[in-house]
Amino acid sequence: MEKFTTFTSRLAPLAIDNIDTDQIIPARFLKTISKAGLGDQLFYDWRYDAAGNPKPDFLLNRPEGRQAQVLLAGDNFGCGSSREHAPWALTQYGFRAVISTSFADIFRGNALKNSLLPIVIPAEEHKKLLAAVAANPAATVTVDLAQQKLTLPDGTSVTFPVDSFAKECMLQGVDELGYILKQDVAISAFEKKRPLTINTLSAA
Amino acid sequence: MRGVKRTRRFGVVRTMAKTIIQKVWDRHIVAENPGAPALLYIDLHLVHEVTSPQAFSGLRERGLKVRRPDLTFGTTDHSIPTHDRSLPIVDKVAETQITQFEKNCRDFGIPYYGPHSAKQGIVHIIGPEQGLTQPGMTVVCGDSHTATHGAFGALAFGIGTSQVEHVLASQCLLQTPSKSYEVRVDGKLKDGVGAKDIILNLISRIGIGGGTGCVFEYTGSAIRALSMEERMTICNMSIEGGARAGMIAPDDTTYQYLSGRQYAPKGAEWDRAVAEWRTLPSDEGAKYDKRIDIDASALEPMITFGTNPGMGIPITAAVPDPDSVKDPVERDTLGKALRYMDLPSGKPLLGHPINVVFIGSCTNSRISDLRAAAEILKGRRVNPKVRVMVVPGSQQIKQQAQAEGLDRIFKEAGADWREAGCSMCIAMNGDQLQPGEYSVSTSNRNFEGRQGKGGRTFLASPLTAAASAITGVVTDVRTLLG
Repeated sequence: MEKFTTFTSRLAPLAIDNIDTDQIIPARFLKTISKAGLGDQLFYDWRYDAAGNPKPDFLLNRPEGRQAQVLLAGDNFGCGSSREHAPWALTQYGFRAVISTSFADIFRGNALKNSLLPIVIPAEEHKKLLAAVAANPAATVTVDLAQQKLTLPDGTSVTFPVDSFAKECMLQGVDELGYILKQDVAISAFEKKRPLTINTLSAA
Repeated sequence: MRGVKRTRRFGVVRTMAKTIIQKVWDRHIVAENPGAPALLYIDLHLVHEVTSPQAFSGLRERGLKVRRPDLTFGTTDHSIPTHDRSLPIVDKVAETQITQFEKNCRDFGIPYYGPHSAKQGIVHIIGPEQGLTQPGMTVVCGDSHTATHGAFGALAFGIGTSQVEHVLASQCLLQTPSKSYEVRVDGKLKDGVGAKDIILNLISRIGIGGGTGCVFEYTGSAIRALSMEERMTICNMSIEGGARAGMIAPDDTTYQYLSGRQYAPKGAEWDRAVAEWRTLPSDEGAKYDKRIDIDASALEPMITFGTNPGMGIPITAAVPDPDSVKDPVERDTLGKALRYMDLPSGKPLLGHPINVVFIGSCTNSRISDLRAAAEILKGRRVNPKVRVMVVPGSQQIKQQAQAEGLDRIFKEAGADWREAGCSMCIAMNGDQLQPGEYSVSTSNRNFEGRQGKGGRTFLASPLTAAASAITGVVTDVRTLLG
């Protein structure tokens, strides 16, 4: 994983509440056994017509959408299925952060593991940001993970919460598994005192 | 630590009343290091073909083994066809995924039910069916409906593929504790109203994000009165209310269900296990972060009208009007949903024509669901304009249904009796709606395109689905009950 650095970017607004992971990446694209090619399938059923041609009016098909590294979404983004293909598709398209008033739990966790930053801001700030982008589609924000600070187009800034461990992993560009594997002594100790439950290998 | 010792020395051990959520959490903490989330041990890891391939690739890249294949179990369910299993899989991409899954399980020593196993089925059906799911366990799977297993008093939740890899490699997950949310359901359900209606009612009240950050515990007399299969229907859709997990404390109903199942403890082990399980229910006076009350006796059959499971109404109620919603984004979201569904607001769905009825999914494909549907379909014919698919949750359920003659009832009524799998709930395997078609479906999600691109889903109970199959329109099952 690459280190997550501070960046400034335009926004792609998608002001719809409860955007579920079936919209982010429809289930029929989940038959793949790799992670490749998912960026082209991002928001597929909103983005392409029945013949599979890109809809020219859909923001992510336009040059200004292509330039955006920040998605500005409605409330409860990423609800539904646990598919990690959703953050894979978003990052492959080029997004590095999603701004919303809240995120579904599983999506938030999956995003953080893929260096996609879920940024929660208060509803009032979210409204202002939507209005700012509507007034000037070229408006930019600056995302500073180290300071947990989002600088808005008018120069003011808001702070956002982020799990401190996930933040360190993203800033250092490491994944969680390395840390978990270093806990081997504790895991083995737990297994010794743990009561036996099942043995899936015991079947006749 | 010093404080704890002191209280013990003076003989005043502080007894903090705990919820079942806290108890199961506390019993699985492997390590709590400063600056990191808790390391939680996982008792049962279920894997399937769709969300695991990239995790196995990750293991291979790092040269890692599966730490505990004896706590891991696999099945093929999502992309598997539900037609005759002796036929080849037409979709080569799906076939590759299934073949790769079987190879991954063999290479890493994980037991699994392949496409031709007599025990194959939907991952959340077979866990309980085989007695793998037990009270007090932590259960995970790369699937959001893992919440189903909470019906046994297990802490069960869906994870992404990165975490599938973490659990395969270490049997552990980094987790922060959730808030607790008591969903108290008291009173007696009326005829024609069931578990599906309870959960759809909850989600319609709190919204699809209402339980975000929380684990539900379902309590109350109406929950106690439910069978295990009905409890699973409720816990299954916890995620549709935003909660990663939903739990029901175990009781004699739970133990009766589990007793004698393949992986359930036997003999003296069983007695020890039950004694342990009896310590799980939430203590008297335990505090929850949130609470909601539902009066079961006031519930009607529920149905969804929109494009998320929170957009649900009692079947006789009118579809809401976007103009009555104040918040502009909420108003647009509702308006967009009704345009997608091509539905007018202000009147009930009753009488709305449908094209397909799907009875199946990890929500409602168990034997009691099939019996309920068969009760309505018995001696009747489905409307000739409607395609009706009945997809059992597992091959064992299929066998049992056939032993009871339910398959004959479905076939004589004109319904299609299929092999086990996720089928039209997720529409990955060729079972899908055509653009513009309407279904009444017993599954769990009505998102845009969920059952096939351009398809439109009304979520409801098996009773409502069966009743609508006969009439060809959205129907209140109570009009067909004796």
